[in-house]
Amino acid sequence: MQNSDNTHGNERRDFIKLTVLGAAAAACGSAICSCGKKEEEGKKVKLLSPDGKLVEVDSKHLKPVHKTVGVSNEEARHGIPGRKFVMVIDLAKCGNARKCVTACQKMHHLPEEKEWLQVKLMMDNPESAPYWFPKTCFHCDNPPCVKVCPVDATFKRQDGLVLIDSDRCIGCKFCMAACPYSTRVFNWSEPDLPEEVAGLCYSPETSVPSKVGTVEKCDFCPDMVRAGQLPDCVTACPNGVFYFGDENEDVVSNGEETVRFSQLIKDKSGYRFMEDLGTQPRVWYLPPTDRLFPVERGLDDLPENIKNRFNDVM
Amino acid sequence: MKASISANERLKYFAPQIEKISLGTKAWIAILLLFIVAGGVALYQQIAIGHVVTGMRDNVIWGLYIANFIFFIGISYAGAILSGVLYVFKVPWRRPIVRIAGLVTIAAGLIGPIFILLCIGRFDRMHHLFLYPRLQSPITWDVMAICTYLVGAILYLYLTLIRDFSLYSDAEFLSIPSWKRKLYKTLSLGYKGTEVQKKQLKSATKLLAIVMIPLVVIISSVLSWIFGMTLRPGWHSSIFGPYFVIASILTGVGVIIVIMWTFRRLYNLKEYLTEKHFTYMGFIMLVLAAGYGYFSFSEYLTGWYGSEKWDSEVLSKLFDTSEYGWWFLFSNLFAIVLPIIVVALPKLRKPGPIAFSALLMVLAMWVKRYLIVVPTLETPLLPVQDTRMEYVHYVATWQEWALTFAGIATFLLIFIISSKLVTIVPTSDYIDDEKA
Repeated sequence: MQNSDNTHGNERRDFIKLTVLGAAAAACGSAICSCGKKEEEGKKVKLLSPDGKLVEVDSKHLKPVHKTVGVSNEEARHGIPGRKFVMVIDLAKCGNARKCVTACQKMHHLPEEKEWLQVKLMMDNPESAPYWFPKTCFHCDNPPCVKVCPVDATFKRQDGLVLIDSDRCIGCKFCMAACPYSTRVFNWSEPDLPEEVAGLCYSPETSVPSKVGTVEKCDFCPDMVRAGQLPDCVTACPNGVFYFGDENEDVVSNGEETVRFSQLIKDKSGYRFMEDLGTQPRVWYLPPTDRLFPVERGLDDLPENIKNRFNDVM
Repeated sequence: MKASISANERLKYFAPQIEKISLGTKAWIAILLLFIVAGGVALYQQIAIGHVVTGMRDNVIWGLYIANFIFFIGISYAGAILSGVLYVFKVPWRRPIVRIAGLVTIAAGLIGPIFILLCIGRFDRMHHLFLYPRLQSPITWDVMAICTYLVGAILYLYLTLIRDFSLYSDAEFLSIPSWKRKLYKTLSLGYKGTEVQKKQLKSATKLLAIVMIPLVVIISSVLSWIFGMTLRPGWHSSIFGPYFVIASILTGVGVIIVIMWTFRRLYNLKEYLTEKHFTYMGFIMLVLAAGYGYFSFSEYLTGWYGSEKWDSEVLSKLFDTSEYGWWFLFSNLFAIVLPIIVVALPKLRKPGPIAFSALLMVLAMWVKRYLIVVPTLETPLLPVQDTRMEYVHYVATWQEWALTFAGIATFLLIFIISSKLVTIVPTSDYIDDEKA
């Protein structure tokens, strides 16, 4: 009400401030994005702002958004204040069920052959025991990919996440060369997306929709985290392999149990993959001791093309 | 007065080169245009369908294009540093070579960056490089370096051409169309050879020649750091800077020798491009090949002897004849051993064999660029574990080859067209001599 006779600029600014909306309809600022369906103009909608005031917004500024609230590009680059996200992956529990892979693909509308989250079969030397190794982006604190990006399209946020702005990316693929963990994938052709997905507002926090000629990767689902939920790979895993949480709060959860991060790392000898590269990953691994499943079990029920990936190892 | 008459007489000798275009040359131009058109078709497909038409995939993210980029830009650097050094040190036999070197600099320097554009997923967003530049990125260094370099190189070549343009436009006996004469007149910027003009031109040329030398070393190193700065086996090497500098100059010297030999025959320049010139250029090639061989040896020896896991994996691909073994052998034999033998043996030290070995060396150096880019990318630190062959092993597609040949054709075309505009031997450069 109080905004009804304000200038358009003010209206927009207030509107951007509306982060968490009670209503099912979520907002995506016209200043940020012009995609999505056009609503008819002139209708005023009442919404609750974060500081508890009731404001009225022109409905033409409201657009339906995938899953959660869109944040401005600035916010998406800045990160969630006060957080320091961390992941722990318990190799002892992984049986290559691949639910994390499919959940991630579903969440990000990826085709079957594109895996942001991969499960590798690792064998460090011919005598050592093979083990399943789920690999997300490590969101390194010293990220080689961010260093080499010429246009600030991939960036490190204050909450620890390394994200990509596909609207900024020029597709030089230097970050892919720089990442020692082969985390990043490239859109070699126009992504085959259903119309309703292709029309979604892009945000570095959702990484949807994929864009031709740009790089993308695991983003730790910051849109889910903003909504107070765990990333989809964490909740999809039937064995509770993934723990996700906040290093500042010293808490991680796999959806079933919530534990102290420092205690978990201490008790189970957590380590970071290829520590010697100096990339300082934000993903920790717990060694594959006292395993829940024999490693061969992971090959059962796999489609032929995926099974064949591991021919060299087993 | 005597000097200018004599310069004109020289010009008469070169005149046929810029006066008319022979049927053979026209045929050549047509063939080269065909290659460029084929490249255009490939480019259209790449834009319309996407980079999926190339052989590049998520592991081998760079392929032929980047190999070509290093190859061409390296040749360009060599032209610049060679003409710079020859000029600054007043090497007496430089005259018939500097123009070729200058033209190589520009032609290769313009084509090299095009291959980078071909490799970039979104070249509609190239302006982002200037809108959101990040100084930490070696690509930003490279963009700044190449832009600076191209401006310097074009200015330098232009300065060395001004006196010739003035000479051509004043030479009334030249049977050239009036538009061409007008063009020369405009390009000569009113140069009349007065004492002040001479002095200014000379000091400007000298200054740029001096600037070009360190600039080439810097940009060549910056190019290598695109690879050297990553944590990849075969790339993450502290000698990559000097290694690239010497490899670039070696390749470029080879290209200049081949072009010298070609124009010597084509425009009957035996009086100017004498056996002596080939011998001297041969010596430069020998020294560079030896230096390059030394760098190669220490690079591979340390990797092999230290035998860290990743280094060993890349090296095993280079040594394995079922993978890159034959190419690796070819690149080392023909880029290092052959030029040294041909130039070292007095019997072989003749324009023909030197030019032939230079040509093979240039090919071998192209292969070397491929061997720098592809085997390393096929050896990521984590196992690939992919059943899609194109994700495991890189095979260039016809589109990539077509654009590669289009690049070579453009290089040759720029040369042919340039040789119709300016004499391959800088005519006016001889005036000073005759005055003395």
